Amino acid sequence: MDVRSQIAMVFHLDKCIGCHTCSIACKNIWTDRKGAEYMWWNNVETKPGTGYPTKWEDQEIYRGGWEKKNGKVSLKGAGKRRGLTNIFYNPNLPIIDDYYEPFTYKYLDLIESPEGDDQPTARPVSLITGKPIDIKMGPNWDDDLSGTPDFARNDPNMKNISPEEQEVMFQLEKMAFFYLPRICNHCLNPACVASCPSGAIYKRGEDGVVLINQEVCRAWRMCVTACPYKKSYYNWYTGKSEKCILCYPRIEAGLAPACMHSCVGRIRYLGVLLYDADKIESAVHGDDKDLINNQLDLILDPFDKEVIRAAKMNGVADSTIHAAQFSPVYKFVKEWGLALPLHPEFRTLPMLFYVPPLLPVMATVKKVDNKDQQDKMDPIAKKWDDNWLYDTSTKELWGTLDEIRFPLKYIASLFSAGDEEIVKDKWKKLLAVRIHRRRVTVGDVSDEKADATLADAGLTAAVADAIYALTSLPKFEERFVIPAAHREQAIEMMDFTGDAKGEAGFGIKGKVKRGI
Amino acid sequence: MDVLNNFFLIALPYVALAVFLIGSIYRYTYKGFQFSSLSSQFLEGRKLFYGSVPFHWGVLFIFTGHLVAFLIPRGILAWNSQPLRLMILEISAFIFGISMLVGLINLLIRRYTTPRLRFVTNKMDFVIYMLLILQTITGLWIAYNFRWGSSWFSTLLVPYLHSIFKLQPDISAVSLLPWTVKLHIIGAFTIIGIVPFSRLIHFLVPPIDYIWRPYQQVRWYWGRRKVRSPRTPWSLHRPKNN
Repeated sequence: MDVRSQIAMVFHLDKCIGCHTCSIACKNIWTDRKGAEYMWWNNVETKPGTGYPTKWEDQEIYRGGWEKKNGKVSLKGAGKRRGLTNIFYNPNLPIIDDYYEPFTYKYLDLIESPEGDDQPTARPVSLITGKPIDIKMGPNWDDDLSGTPDFARNDPNMKNISPEEQEVMFQLEKMAFFYLPRICNHCLNPACVASCPSGAIYKRGEDGVVLINQEVCRAWRMCVTACPYKKSYYNWYTGKSEKCILCYPRIEAGLAPACMHSCVGRIRYLGVLLYDADKIESAVHGDDKDLINNQLDLILDPFDKEVIRAAKMNGVADSTIHAAQFSPVYKFVKEWGLALPLHPEFRTLPMLFYVPPLLPVMATVKKVDNKDQQDKMDPIAKKWDDNWLYDTSTKELWGTLDEIRFPLKYIASLFSAGDEEIVKDKWKKLLAVRIHRRRVTVGDVSDEKADATLADAGLTAAVADAIYALTSLPKFEERFVIPAAHREQAIEMMDFTGDAKGEAGFGIKGKVKRGI
Repeated sequence: MDVLNNFFLIALPYVALAVFLIGSIYRYTYKGFQFSSLSSQFLEGRKLFYGSVPFHWGVLFIFTGHLVAFLIPRGILAWNSQPLRLMILEISAFIFGISMLVGLINLLIRRYTTPRLRFVTNKMDFVIYMLLILQTITGLWIAYNFRWGSSWFSTLLVPYLHSIFKLQPDISAVSLLPWTVKLHIIGAFTIIGIVPFSRLIHFLVPPIDYIWRPYQQVRWYWGRRKVRSPRTPWSLHRPKNN
């Protein structure tokens, strides 16, 4: 048993309101620089939608992640042979138009334009060339537009969903969507690390943060291809790849990362997981349907005496073990089994887990006949000619899950490599917690029914209360359990962040200039 | 003429080699952030294929050929002892040279006709384009007109190059060569001297260790088992901070 610690995350999608505050917090701190304007280390996507970069989930286009062929797991679009032979020209590299051309507006024109008959306007200009452009794309261009043909219908997760099911999802009135905030997953089997020819990318042993050494990166740009989540970005100006650093200077100081700290919906949880590194290889080699279970098997019980002993042998600090015992991530992922990794079939063992959203799936759309009602109405009153009913009743508990308007297949395609039973299990639990809490707070649910629901979901009242507490009422310290860093000396080696701000980012000593 | 020969065939090589050595080590050690191939594929990803691929594979072969001849001239002569093998070597080298030239011209056109690339292009890029094109053209010219280059390179030029590295420069033979050959030599050493000041420097860090490196890399700031050993207080170990 090779116990290591990993800073892992849970995003509770039911709570995400899609406000993009996380993206802005991250942008302001890390990527507000030349060459990095187009990067959104944290971005929020509307699902269904094509995402950023466009259709990033379609690995037939981007060739990211790992694939299993004849029992062997190898990188799909990079790796030793492909990486070195394609080093002069990477056929699978997304280019800037796959993301969007970064732009700003000529705000000064609003003030400095000469007096005239017309209103001055601030024209958009490219942040690359400085020339006026017509904006065609942005990082959240599909925001809230899940019904439109350009975005939702091109979602790669739609390929297994029948046209009829899609129609139910897409009719604008019946639209259902949710938000998917994404950052680097800081995977246990990172494809970016494996693909880097110069060895610039590495995973930190102490907390599992995946970083790119800016002094060693040589712009071979294989990581951009290899990361199936497209969370490694190429800085076109400095000629270096960059990615989410999980705000490691903040983590080391015991602070929550900027995106998580600023989260308005408080959807984000961050804590330590102890895992067994010896099992990674076998976990990665499992079949698609076993991937999630394999990944959960890696995660160790932080209360187990044997685990604690092995962790200490490996130099895991006491404070880290202590933090692991109070980790909200451990509770959501392992103890309660509520959270799932995004696209486990990419086989990178992502350490960012999502509680699948229940809200948009709860209600059903029923066909009703409104003719009688409409006939009774005053002839001059506005009449709606639709004949459907947005039904949020949960009278038939599991019945609603079977005839949900948001196809289970879609969620399964995102979070469980297509296994609908796994997602259904999470939904049952989420619904059971709601019904249980309704019994407690409102009291219009009978005990038999609530208990039966809990039993069916495999929960007890006490566990349901705990889930409810951590979901709805968590304090800041409960959402973020970050161990005190034991790298005081290492921090001192870092220079003042302000010195390099606006140039290359954190951790670079001296004046930073682009290569010649 | 002697002054010119001495300057271009003795002084220039030593200056270029010294600048190359000191400059590259300095840049590698202290300017890691500037050590990059500065790929522009991200801004323009189609035309690059027709430039970068023929150029790089061409230059890889040509450079290796020169290097092999420099290291084992007898091997090349032995290979060339049969006319067929000589032809194979010469023709394939010529094809790779053409491929280099085609690639370079495509790269040049691409760089100066794509609006976005203007903003990641500096003056040094133009200088190295010109130098490399000149070098390729003189190389092809020599290969075509003075046959067979691979043989006389091994017997005439390699001794000269060896004499440079032995610090006993002997230009008696080289100084009698045609001016195109001299131009090729001068071009070669100019390119070598310019390496630390240009993006050419990325050829010094080919990711060869990737071949035997394990795929995954995990780094600890210090020996993770030592951290907790009471006999090794942290202060004794400077953290291995990359």
